[in-house]
Amino acid sequence: MPGLPDAPVAVDEAAVRGRRRFPGTDSYVLRRVLASVGTLAFVLVFNFFLFRILPGDPAKNLTRNRQIPQEQVDALRESFGLDQPLAGQFLAYLRNLVTGELGISYKFRQPVFEVIADRIWPTLLLVGTGTLIATVVGLRLGIRSGWNRGGRFDKVTTGTTLTLYSMPEFWLGLMLLALFSVGVGVFPGIFPTGGLRSPGVEPGSLEGVLDLLWHLALPVATLALAYLAEYTLVMRSSLIDEIGEDYLTTARAKGLPDAEVRRRHAVPNALLPTTTLIALNLGFVVSGAITIETVFSIPGLGLLTYEALRVPDFPLLQGLFLVFSVGVIAANLAADLIYGRLDPRVRG
Amino acid sequence: MNADLGAQPAVPRAPSRRAIARARRRESASRVWREFRRSRSGMFGLAVLITVVLLALLAPLLADAQGLDVTQATGDPLSPPTSGYPLGTDEAGRSVLTLLLWGARISLFVGFLATLISMVIGTLVGICAGHFRGWGGGLLDRFTDWFLVIPYLPLAIVLATVLGRSLFNVALVIGVTSWAGTARIIRAQTLAVSSRPYLERARVLGAGNWHQMSRHILPNVSPLIFANTTLTVAVAILAETTLSFLGLGDPLSVSWGSMLDSAFTVGALSTGSWWYIVPPGLCVVVVVLAFTLIGRTLEQILNPRLRER
Repeated sequence: MPGLPDAPVAVDEAAVRGRRRFPGTDSYVLRRVLASVGTLAFVLVFNFFLFRILPGDPAKNLTRNRQIPQEQVDALRESFGLDQPLAGQFLAYLRNLVTGELGISYKFRQPVFEVIADRIWPTLLLVGTGTLIATVVGLRLGIRSGWNRGGRFDKVTTGTTLTLYSMPEFWLGLMLLALFSVGVGVFPGIFPTGGLRSPGVEPGSLEGVLDLLWHLALPVATLALAYLAEYTLVMRSSLIDEIGEDYLTTARAKGLPDAEVRRRHAVPNALLPTTTLIALNLGFVVSGAITIETVFSIPGLGLLTYEALRVPDFPLLQGLFLVFSVGVIAANLAADLIYGRLDPRVRG
Repeated sequence: MNADLGAQPAVPRAPSRRAIARARRRESASRVWREFRRSRSGMFGLAVLITVVLLALLAPLLADAQGLDVTQATGDPLSPPTSGYPLGTDEAGRSVLTLLLWGARISLFVGFLATLISMVIGTLVGICAGHFRGWGGGLLDRFTDWFLVIPYLPLAIVLATVLGRSLFNVALVIGVTSWAGTARIIRAQTLAVSSRPYLERARVLGAGNWHQMSRHILPNVSPLIFANTTLTVAVAILAETTLSFLGLGDPLSVSWGSMLDSAFTVGALSTGSWWYIVPPGLCVVVVVLAFTLIGRTLEQILNPRLRER
């Protein structure tokens, strides 16, 4: 679920969880890696059973009974180990995963792996830039409103970000589309209504890059606005947690001006716990990308998910679920490891 | 106190333990309400919420259910607001206002049902994970972590596709994918409560696990559960809107999300039919914001960690 706007408890959790046992950096790294492997194993097992409870013959489901000769169905059945007991099926499933054999997409009549590989870049670009902008803007807003808690800036920021948080991302996207692409009244639309490039523009050229940015502007803005609240509120409450600390009183007693106390002492400490939360949030940003890509017809994994579930194309959906999960798990691991480097307390 | 003793015999005697507990609980509830009333955003949220729930409950009186039937639609398709249709019509000629009022019932119902499922799982897992140390609790911790990390929408989508499209399934899918945050918070609070002396006393006196969890831990974490429930309703309604927009909702009932789905599929944006796209979205924003504001205010009052600030 999209994270609670105020999440100090979760912040604490992360630190406590890391601090409990096994002192030393190596075991921290090892522990985080093992935890990620555990999550991954859970996803794999879940995916395996999901596949088994689908009604009907899995081999037929994979091929959807059409235009596939019997020998090929038999071959598929064998490659998925469907003639073996459950344990054998699971081994076959793992073997297929490792070799990138995820079945054939009903809709595209191509291996799922290839379909997904073709569509991965737009999503990475959208989620990457969207997260980056939301993080930078959100943290800055959070710092300013947390430092002057209860002030006018704080009230306006918290109100605005909470309202944005309450919007379904795709609806925000539709509103931006209506305002800036379709145009309202006498104001013409200035952004494209969808896709990633205009016809006839060379992708590699300077013009191509500008064209891409022009197409990405609205979807990225939607994603960034929709997820601004999480970053702002987490940074805000993290900074408020620091405000009462003794070291800030010391810094003030030294005669440091307020802005310096904030910039050099409070913010660096308050930033630490936000690292893991930014990564945890990625799961929601990815979810948001699914509907936003649909609204803006961006040919990435999100639009692919929409196309797949309208069929419904089971093999493709499962492949997408795996790819999304693996991506988010990897990003979380990376954030945990970075956190461990930044904050020695969680290591020991 | 006297009111509590109404059922007791008239002979003066010490109030029962239950009565004391009940009186104490009532007193703390009224203290919370006094503090809640002072929060402007909380009261705003509550007022909005009461209005929307009333409108949803009164929908049968305000708009005839026949207005939902596509075959009996009386208006022109996608016509702009007129006096007969204050919010225009949809692609089948039904009044958007009627759909909106009846849609509120479905959106709220699914939101509440999903929240119930989510809170039951989250509370159970959270209390057990905090209470049972050792491998059992460790496993529950891991389980919570898994659900916290796995992106919710892809998980919800695969589950919903496999389970099929019905109101209950949508609620189930949302409940199953949204409990992890609650479990985390409840677990932390359970840990804090477990280390208090009176629980040690209960243990020494021979209280079993069930007694400890139901009589001592649950009452102590229930304020947090309460605050978290309102926040979860907000999340659940957003999730319902998203799943219905993707076409995974119940095909037979109209919710705000399914209205947005139809509006998007018939191209209401390019035809400029704003009355079909703006109102359902606005309703979602207003209701979700109301629940979020109430939840945050309750959290400020009830969460001991936030209180200090």
